Amino acid sequence: MSDLTDLTVAQIRDGFRAGDFSAREVAEAFNANVAAAKALNAFIVETPEHALAAAGQADKDRAAGTLKPLSGVPIGMKDLFCTQGVQTTAASHMLEGFTPTYESTVSAKLWDAGAGMLGKLNLDQFAMGSSNETSYFGNVISPWRRADANGLGGNAPLAPGGSSGGSSSAIAARLCPAATGTDTGGSIRQPAAFTGISGIKPTYGRCSRWGIIAFASSLDQAGPMARDVRDCAIMLENMAGFDPKDSTSLDMAVPQWEAGLSADMKGKKVGIPKEYRVEGLDADVARVWDAGIAWLKDAGAEIVEVSLPHSKYALPAYYIIAPAEASSNLARYDGVRYGLRELPEGANLQDMYAATRAAGFGAEVKRRIIIGTYVLSAGFYDAYYTQAQKVRTLIARDFAQAFEQCDVILAPTAPSAAFALGDKTADPLAMYLNDVFAVPASLAGLPAMSVPGGLSKDGLPLGLQIIGPAFDEQAVLNAGLAIEERAGFTARAEKWW
Amino acid sequence: MSVDLTTVKKVASLARLAVSEAEAEALVPELNGILDWVEQLGEVDVTGVEPMTAVIPNHLRLREDVVTDGNVRDKVLANAPQAEHGFFAVPKVIE
Amino acid sequence: MTESTYRIAGATGDWEVVIGLEVHAQVVSQAKLFSGAATAFGAEPNSQVSLVDAAMPGMLPVPNKECIRQAVRTGLAINAQINKWSRFDRKNYFYADLPQGYQISQLYHPLVGEGALTIDADEKAGIPEDKVIGIERIHVEQDAGKLMHDQHPTRSYVDLNRSGVALMEIVSRPDMRSPAEAGAYVRKLRAILRYVGSCDGNMEEGSMRADVNVSVRKPGEEFGTRTETKNVNSVRFVMATIEYEARRQVDVLESGGRIVQETRLFNPDTGTTRSMRSKEDAHDYRYFPDPDLLPLELTDSFIEDCRHSLPELPDAKRRRYVEILGLTAYQAGELTAEVDWAIYFDRLVERTSLETGKEASEIAKRCANLLLNDIFGYLNKFGVSQGMDAVTGEPVGLISTAQGAQLIRLVEQGILSGPLYKQVFEAIAATPEMPADYVERHGLKQTSDTGAIDAAIAKILADNEDKVAQYKGGKEALFGFFVGQTMKAMQGKANPGVVNELLKKALG
Ligand SMILES: [Mg+2]
Ligand SMILES: [Zn+2]
Repeated sequence: MSDLTDLTVAQIRDGFRAGDFSAREVAEAFNANVAAAKALNAFIVETPEHALAAAGQADKDRAAGTLKPLSGVPIGMKDLFCTQGVQTTAASHMLEGFTPTYESTVSAKLWDAGAGMLGKLNLDQFAMGSSNETSYFGNVISPWRRADANGLGGNAPLAPGGSSGGSSSAIAARLCPAATGTDTGGSIRQPAAFTGISGIKPTYGRCSRWGIIAFASSLDQAGPMARDVRDCAIMLENMAGFDPKDSTSLDMAVPQWEAGLSADMKGKKVGIPKEYRVEGLDADVARVWDAGIAWLKDAGAEIVEVSLPHSKYALPAYYIIAPAEASSNLARYDGVRYGLRELPEGANLQDMYAATRAAGFGAEVKRRIIIGTYVLSAGFYDAYYTQAQKVRTLIARDFAQAFEQCDVILAPTAPSAAFALGDKTADPLAMYLNDVFAVPASLAGLPAMSVPGGLSKDGLPLGLQIIGPAFDEQAVLNAGLAIEERAGFTARAEKWW
Repeated sequence: MSVDLTTVKKVASLARLAVSEAEAEALVPELNGILDWVEQLGEVDVTGVEPMTAVIPNHLRLREDVVTDGNVRDKVLANAPQAEHGFFAVPKVIE
Repeated sequence: MTESTYRIAGATGDWEVVIGLEVHAQVVSQAKLFSGAATAFGAEPNSQVSLVDAAMPGMLPVPNKECIRQAVRTGLAINAQINKWSRFDRKNYFYADLPQGYQISQLYHPLVGEGALTIDADEKAGIPEDKVIGIERIHVEQDAGKLMHDQHPTRSYVDLNRSGVALMEIVSRPDMRSPAEAGAYVRKLRAILRYVGSCDGNMEEGSMRADVNVSVRKPGEEFGTRTETKNVNSVRFVMATIEYEARRQVDVLESGGRIVQETRLFNPDTGTTRSMRSKEDAHDYRYFPDPDLLPLELTDSFIEDCRHSLPELPDAKRRRYVEILGLTAYQAGELTAEVDWAIYFDRLVERTSLETGKEASEIAKRCANLLLNDIFGYLNKFGVSQGMDAVTGEPVGLISTAQGAQLIRLVEQGILSGPLYKQVFEAIAATPEMPADYVERHGLKQTSDTGAIDAAIAKILADNEDKVAQYKGGKEALFGFFVGQTMKAMQGKANPGVVNELLKKALG
């Protein structure tokens, strides 16, 4: 039998059903990989017992003939999802030791579907970051290393992307076959691209936000990360669905995305946004993008040029809207009801707040809270926030017009391959620019996914991004599948950890 | 618009973030860098454009007026840094 | 419109006070505005709290339809504009009674826009005629929790039971010019809320409280800088706050100072206000649309359903009582002040009309007297405060409309005289016994039996020959004496008309 940890979600599910192996064997294999991969720092909390308990149940259910959609499949849970009885931190000192008495809707759905939890995955603190360098619990390291052919230092630890960097690193390193992610401005797609895996952010409202620690409410959306498109479809079917506890949840049936998968693009139009072909675009990124165009053409699609004229304003608009919402969403961390409390000698209530928040939040979180507070403060609200929300309307309108001419849009996921840890930490703006291609779809609430497209000349994965119209995750998944089948991406990180 | 040290301290205090002098000083150029950059939004002609209110066409659902929750004091207080006699305790507040 | 003549006398002349009120009224609902926790008053600390109310990480608000409906009904009751598109905003500030670090409220697009209410003329209070007070808006928002300061020497305790309870904030225009006008406004607003049923108006339990905005100016000048005194919880205290604040501001201004726009607190023990330290940096609330909630869009049919569910409101009732029932303006005002008694009165009139077969307008005066003189007099005399039975709508343990209607019929039919009416009322007021049964049981029926009365008269005339002679000699004032003696002999049960007639005959 091949290594169970090399199997995809679909292969585990089907092999387990067919009796090729037990759920316990699968859980044990992944638990062992998790335990042996401390060097990656992908997990904040490991929960082997949870994975084993779910596996035990799955084995019983198989015997009883009551299998569930994800019976036998262990997964990783981003530590932004509240999990009952298991510490949930958002990778912040602020919530160290916080043990929710409730289960997020998305994680509850996955457990109900039979999945088991391998652990809580590390991330950028409060999901703020693009490299997983803002976690209080340390950086996540990508399993990937540069090919040293051109003397770039093959051993430099690389960023797994962020904020779902624990998820991307763990999947790429075969510590789990799939994981949850959340995407506010690219936090599923960019780490997927950096680590050679797939990930989809569905339409805003598909997955309930209830029980997910909020970053920016109008942008936050959960989605799956896995090694291929089919696994993303399987996971998403078991994460999505109407939730009356989330006022922004979509009251729509969950389509059977896996059953609907088709790599045939005949009759479909693929839009190429001309504004994304920015001056100085990385040559590797451009090359992989062109390859993607060729593959989709080969799959039968017609390629059309489309225009998204306000693209260049997406990132600045995002860096007003997201920090503004965050500054308010994070006001609840005040040391009164849960989490850290810092009470200096003689401190009054307001001193306690300021001391607690200074000690509990990391530098990037504080930076964004201060930006958000500033742009909402008296006299600046209209110039910044209202203007940004108007620009957001224009960005959404650009997409709506583009989708009158095409079925999906193809673009790069990120402007470069993974960078070394520490490379961009000194300059917040340079870090923010990493999400330049990912943010527009977030602002417009559209489904978007990243699939591996090839390798850079340093041997690092590059992602291709497919953006679809609202509610049409199927079109996105299908285009992703068409690329996946042609890209033949089989590269994997060589084990060093 | 550019921020100075006083503004940074004022905003930090509004956000209830204790900052040292050094932290505040470091934040000044950082914030100015970010604000200068986001101010390019001012170039965009937004005449007649409404600010976005709902990213996906959807309308607000209203709940029925039924008691479905509460009576979970233990859960509510479970993670409290300081809970006494069924209350959260905080340093004495003078109103 | 006649302007108020209320003035504060200062060293530099007379000053006028300008008052605006922001009334927070707790919406009558089972569950909270954004969570399914209960709203009932007086529960164990932190027992009526959901994870949403405690602002646990990842918790989200879902609005309660009934709270929206009640606010719309209230808006319609003050003839206000109902905004079919409104939105919830976050008001950001840090305080221990505010778990989210923001209050979900409405600033930019409130549910209810411009409306008005009329305070009633009250000569004695210096309100010479009815006055219209503008209402700027009504918005819906969350209440905060409660901080307890005296349980522990160095700690305050936080109870979140009220956290998230729905409030309507009803914001008046700065249209009031005297404490009396402000008092009348709060009373009228409370009456309307209670008629509508959107707030129980119970100020002691905090279901209604006012932020009192006060400024002073020389008559005819621009508005001065105002102060806001928070959470004043009785009509009397609202008036005291204004009196104190106006005086204080005049003193400050006349001694060369200036008024700082600030938040103040009223101390009921001393009748004074003071600056609130804890809220001193809370001016920058950083309002922005709550991204957890979508805009609130109302359909025409929702608004129409709200409109049709409204009862007859106090102003309309008053007008009807005067114009249709023929009551005095004073009676109408008294009868409509409290919704429970107004409903009782309407039912009493209806029942009495059925019972007597007379038009409402013919018996309304008697009904009004029964309520205003007898029942209210009784309640005063025995110091009872009367609650209404939630199911029957009748006062608990006090005369029902059925008893009242029958009592009035007995009078109308000449069966009970004035004194007997009073006697029967007092006897049955706190019992379920029907008046006719009581009258029967005690043989109290007024008699017109001329035989019995004649016999009594004959005996009295025989016993008082001297007085008969004096009467016949021209001392006609003695007639009253014979009436009194006859009534006494008849134990009050004789019909006075018949007694008069028979006496006249007997005395020739
Ligand atoms: Mg106020
Ligand atoms: Zn208010």
